[in-house]
Amino acid sequence: MNLKRFLARETSFFELPLTLKSRLLILIAVIALLPVYLSPLWNMTFYSNQYTDGLVLHIYSYQLEGGKTPNRDDLREINSLNHYIGMRPLLESDFSEFTWIPLVVGLLIILALRAMVIGKMSNLVDVFVIFVYFGAFSMWSFYHRLYMYAHNLDPTASIKVEPFTPPFFGSKQIANFTVNSFPGLGAYAFFAFAFLLLVAILLSARRNSVEVRRSSSLNEDILGPL
Amino acid sequence: MKGNHTKLKWFGLGVLCTLITAGILVSCSKKPKVERGDTAEAAIATYVAPGDTDEYYMFYSGGHSGNVYVAGVPSMRHITTIPVFALYPATGYGFDKETKDMLGSYTWGDVHHPALSQTNGDYDGRWLFVNDNANNRMARIDLRDFKTKQILGPIPNISGYHGGSFVTPNTEYVLAASRFSVPLPKGTYEPIENYATKYNGIVAGVPINPQTGEMTVGWQILMPPFDFDLGSTGKGPSEGWAFWTCYNSERATGKLEVTSTQKDRDYVVAVNWKAAEQAVKEGKTKTISGVPVIDPKLAPGVVYLVPAAKSPHGVDVTPDGKFIIASGKLQSITTAFSFDKMMTAIQNKDFSGDEDGIPVLNYDHVKEAEVNVGLGPLHTQFDDQGYAYTSLFVESSVAKWKLGTWEVVDKIPISYNIGHLSVAGGDTMHPDGKYLVALNKLSHGRHMNVGPSQPESSQLISITGEKMKLLYDAFTEPEPHYAQMIKADKVKPIEVYPKEEMKNANAVWDVKDTGVTRDGNNVLVKMIAVRSSFEPNKIEVTQGEHVTIYLTNIEQTTDELHGFGLGEYNLNVVIDPGEMKVIDFVADKTGVFPYYCTNFCSALHQEMQGYLLVKPK
Repeated sequence: MNLKRFLARETSFFELPLTLKSRLLILIAVIALLPVYLSPLWNMTFYSNQYTDGLVLHIYSYQLEGGKTPNRDDLREINSLNHYIGMRPLLESDFSEFTWIPLVVGLLIILALRAMVIGKMSNLVDVFVIFVYFGAFSMWSFYHRLYMYAHNLDPTASIKVEPFTPPFFGSKQIANFTVNSFPGLGAYAFFAFAFLLLVAILLSARRNSVEVRRSSSLNEDILGPL
Repeated sequence: MKGNHTKLKWFGLGVLCTLITAGILVSCSKKPKVERGDTAEAAIATYVAPGDTDEYYMFYSGGHSGNVYVAGVPSMRHITTIPVFALYPATGYGFDKETKDMLGSYTWGDVHHPALSQTNGDYDGRWLFVNDNANNRMARIDLRDFKTKQILGPIPNISGYHGGSFVTPNTEYVLAASRFSVPLPKGTYEPIENYATKYNGIVAGVPINPQTGEMTVGWQILMPPFDFDLGSTGKGPSEGWAFWTCYNSERATGKLEVTSTQKDRDYVVAVNWKAAEQAVKEGKTKTISGVPVIDPKLAPGVVYLVPAAKSPHGVDVTPDGKFIIASGKLQSITTAFSFDKMMTAIQNKDFSGDEDGIPVLNYDHVKEAEVNVGLGPLHTQFDDQGYAYTSLFVESSVAKWKLGTWEVVDKIPISYNIGHLSVAGGDTMHPDGKYLVALNKLSHGRHMNVGPSQPESSQLISITGEKMKLLYDAFTEPEPHYAQMIKADKVKPIEVYPKEEMKNANAVWDVKDTGVTRDGNNVLVKMIAVRSSFEPNKIEVTQGEHVTIYLTNIEQTTDELHGFGLGEYNLNVVIDPGEMKVIDFVADKTGVFPYYCTNFCSALHQEMQGYLLVKPK
């Protein structure tokens, strides 16, 4: 009996219309997601006595970019240094992420706009759930990359180091380098998108539950308790 | 009696010994007073803290070392050496094909007067020109990478290229002149007895391409056999004119110390270089060794002579371009000539005579003032406050005097025997002032004892206040004939050659593109150098083959230099980040020869090596 009621309530939840506020929020969320195409998802900086200004590595959703000044090409430099410990050079072409992340983000934007236009809760929840899964998978994928790069070291390398995992979040000492790794604006855009979608869901849900309550109490007034 | 005599003798000897000893003691305690400023003030003024950099670049000539040296001011630290006319293994200069070709068969040169390129009469930080007094060459150093890019010469007809490298206000020309007149064209034999009539000096303009800095042989002017010494160019109202001093207007030979100092006056040569260009255009020239040479007799209005105190050295134009300062080395005055008065005299044909048809102006009619600077005035520079500074070789000091009032206001003793001096921007239209460096000929052991072969000394003097203050002694390699100082931010050098700029197809950037190919007797090697290996690390050739290695340093990081030393083949090349150099040689010796990185690069620098294997024919 209870299960039936629960299912009925859930079904009606997914059928709920989205309020204007929620729809606006979806639009804002889509705009907030755009930095994914412009800014790095993650930034890594490698400090040492020789590089007091730090070698910089920016991981975008679509490319890998080292800091570049007229006097230094950081990606080239990081690869030059890593070859001593037998790490494979970081090559953009090795990252399939740079193809599929922008594609999936584009699809999610289309789905989000679709949900906004159709204005149905189920569509919005779909986008949210897919996005959370996709976001988590992307992060895991990058983490896994870092792990694999630093765990598959050439056994003939001139400097033998224990396999390690570069820091994913925070700071870590690796040989003579202090490595800092923090999310960039692109990652914050990811979080903002998810957060705004969640708020949109909750807003519509609350608004509807208030309306449902009001209408059900209206019914009670007329019909009395069932 | 005899005994007494002997006693007396001994007594006398004793007295003499005592006197000598006393004399030695007295002379010891009377060591010459060491001139020094306020120590703490000077220390603060010259201290550049670790990590900080100097305010000025000073480029000073390395004389017969063939190099240009770069120092920071005020620290006076020697920072780098730019090889120009001599082999310099430290940077591989003269070992790779390009620099080897540039040097030709000469192994030395005598770098004299560095001149920074100018735009509108001020340093623009693009190029530095230096002349070679020995082999009559002119070199251009590009300040983008501090490297010698072109050596022009030996320039035909110029002999003893001392009268350079002074540039015109927009670097249209670098000046050139002969210090040692010879029979022309070069290669002609003529007895020395005919010196006065058959030998000739030359003054000339070396044109500069305003975009590329490329120098070419331009026009020349055939002059009497005087010894042309230093020069400078007009600016502002005097723009379009060039000036040189000359000694030996006696046209003497033999012991010049005596023979060339008999007359009271020598000359300042004034050349209207715009009129010279016109004369060339009009064909008023004869061709000597392929160069259009103007004969002043046939092209009036190009050259004039202004009598100056005998044996003059420097000739320097004031920042406003109105006065030309020239001094005789043997006198105690320096003369300020008025450019206006010179123009009036020329217009009125107010001449006192001529030398081989070149009009001589009247000293008294063009002189503005005689400044009582002191003994042995050599060279004058200017500051931003309207003062001039004249070096006094004989007196061993610098005189500071006011333009306009022509009064000496201050003097500072120099240790010892100052030749040239350099004020920051001191020959431009807008001098910086602030620092003066005295470039001294003798150091007389003011430094740690390094044996009889002593370095020269350069002294830093503050000229911001009313009184000049000695700040610092630096000891410089032979021989700082002149130096120029430019504000550090006016020079913008690169530290890495950007990969995108490399146009040579023989430069390779990837290991897979390296390798050895053969074309008949020629072996072509495309090689890369990167921390910490050469690829290929083995070259196999047959004796007698001609090997050409295109070696690219594929680093893009500042200071990641690599060297390529090839043992017993007498080769060492250094390649900077992003640079490619060509090493070519004939593998005439059989055996196995190691090549290795000579310029320390990394933790595994020592392992950066390979082998050249030469099979017998």
